Amino acid sequence: MYRYSEFDTAFLAERNAQFRAQVERRIDGSLTEDEFKPLRLMNGLYLQLHAYMLRVAIPYGTLSSAQMRQLALLAEKWDKGYGHFTTRQNIQYNWPKLNDVPDMLDALAEFGMHAIQTSGNTIRNVTADHFAGAAADEVADPRPYAELLRQWSTDHPEFQFMPRKFKIAITGSENDRAVIKAHDIGLQLVERDGVLGARVIVGGGLGRTPMIGKELSEFVAFDDLLAYLEATVSVWNQIGRRDNKYKARIKITVHEHGIDAIRAKVNERFLQVRPQFKGADMALLVEIKGHFAPPAFREGSVASFESAYTNDPVFRSWVDTNIAPHKNADHAIVTISIKKHGQTPGDATAEQMRVMADLAEEFAYDELRISHEQNVILPHVHKSDLPAIHARLKEHELATANVGLISDIIACPGMDYCALATARSIPVAQEIATRFDDLKLEHDIGHLKIKISGCINACGHHHVGHIGILGLDRAGVENYQITLGGDATETAAVGDRTGPGFAYDEIVPAVERIVDTYLEQRDSAEETFLETYRRVGMAPFKAALYPEAQANAA
Amino acid sequence: MARAFTPKVVTANDLLEGDVIYLTEDDRWSRELTEAELITDEAHAQVRLLDASRQANKIVGAYLADAIAGDNGPEPTHFREDFRRTGPSNYAHGKQESSPQPRA
Repeated sequence: MYRYSEFDTAFLAERNAQFRAQVERRIDGSLTEDEFKPLRLMNGLYLQLHAYMLRVAIPYGTLSSAQMRQLALLAEKWDKGYGHFTTRQNIQYNWPKLNDVPDMLDALAEFGMHAIQTSGNTIRNVTADHFAGAAADEVADPRPYAELLRQWSTDHPEFQFMPRKFKIAITGSENDRAVIKAHDIGLQLVERDGVLGARVIVGGGLGRTPMIGKELSEFVAFDDLLAYLEATVSVWNQIGRRDNKYKARIKITVHEHGIDAIRAKVNERFLQVRPQFKGADMALLVEIKGHFAPPAFREGSVASFESAYTNDPVFRSWVDTNIAPHKNADHAIVTISIKKHGQTPGDATAEQMRVMADLAEEFAYDELRISHEQNVILPHVHKSDLPAIHARLKEHELATANVGLISDIIACPGMDYCALATARSIPVAQEIATRFDDLKLEHDIGHLKIKISGCINACGHHHVGHIGILGLDRAGVENYQITLGGDATETAAVGDRTGPGFAYDEIVPAVERIVDTYLEQRDSAEETFLETYRRVGMAPFKAALYPEAQANAA
Repeated sequence: MARAFTPKVVTANDLLEGDVIYLTEDDRWSRELTEAELITDEAHAQVRLLDASRQANKIVGAYLADAIAGDNGPEPTHFREDFRRTGPSNYAHGKQESSPQPRA
């Protein structure tokens, strides 16, 4: 875990004091809303439909138990007793009062947390593989580099007034769990001839113009990586379009200029920038790495785990879905689903946050992670502790065995909260989850990712959902478009639209018809939804969704 | 021929609380849409929006929202305004918490 230096602490204290004064000046009338808005956004404070919303960064998704308890305290003291974990590893509080926000920020700072650059046209919270440092398949832990990027990008003087926001994701594994191809820059750590570096992907993004990122460089050694990234952002900062906010993201710049032209410009800029990096960044990286040293994994028998697995079918079902392989064979990675059927995806109560913090402290070397899939992870757990953890989770509605299944839905807040939304997403997610739970089909259906956004900005990642749902306002009524075949992993793909959208009360039955079609079409129980879709294509799904069109054509 | 003017209410968010408020005929800000002034004249609507915007130390983001006359006062014509006057659909938070207002 990264521990703040004196510099970090002093910087944050000063920044929070500045914002406190800005809030006071807004309230006493010295600042207009036009003047105040960019200042509050820089500090993560939005005004939504029903209230203010404070978005707190959880850099690369990593939290200690003390930090998680503090997030619980904020939820209880200044909000309505819960928080919402987002698709970019942040937590949002939906009901703060303007007067309370400076105190909330101070309370966060006490535990090394902040809301800086969670909004605005800056480099946003750097996200990472939520299994980082624990995954069996990783080359190296990406978090030290993510922390270096956080420090580099925070208040970076050149990058405070960019054409648009800029999002970076990093993974240490070939199996991409961080959606690096849908980020402005995606980094995959790779090793070449004993040298650690990164493959650099650029120009991915979702929103109204979804694009899969392209390879800018197949390998940049760590020594050069920060200079190379600075060169990349700098090229875009200079030539990215400022005339039209919908064409301002780097994906459009890459699309308009072509990846080869961008690469040439980046390389040219890199030669200018590189001499400014004299090794201080590498010295800092070495120091940061020390903060992320793996815990001393305890040894011990896993017999109790094996016997519980054999004898307790509920525990077995949970292990089969919610546990991932750890690099240490006696350990496991636990994903705690905060998506009990019918609950709001990503919401956790203050009490649940404390339970998860306690479990992390007792059993998981004091570490937690937040995933972009809106779940909470205990990254290092000795297998013999799994039965006790499962028992505790059951008491707090946290033991749902649905990770990777149809009810493990990503959903943005949608029009229940968001001022930008054009339709609701949360109730659609709730109803899909409840429906398939009632049908008891979930485990038979297997691996299936549904992702729902309440507007074209695509915070719910619908383009890369196996089934994507996009809520729109069509002539004053909520309407939902469906895409199929999206993929958020290393084989990233944007889904294909099925056809006309569905009304609010038609969308769950439409999803059911898609799933029924999959179950009919799959060649075995092992063939996943995505594999079936790739094999049979859109036609059978279309036929099931639009029987009238088929009848008319006949 | 000019298009018929759709009646409007002036709405905004409260600066301190952040919640949804409506301008009343007697120049108060109410939490209830039913108490809002329903404006049926376009020129008057612009004047009332200016009146609201002058109170920048109390409110944020005033705008004119479509509404129609109902039995108990103005009612929303669009689902977004319906959510704004009640609250989110996943919890009984927002205005539903204090004054139950079943959705039309």
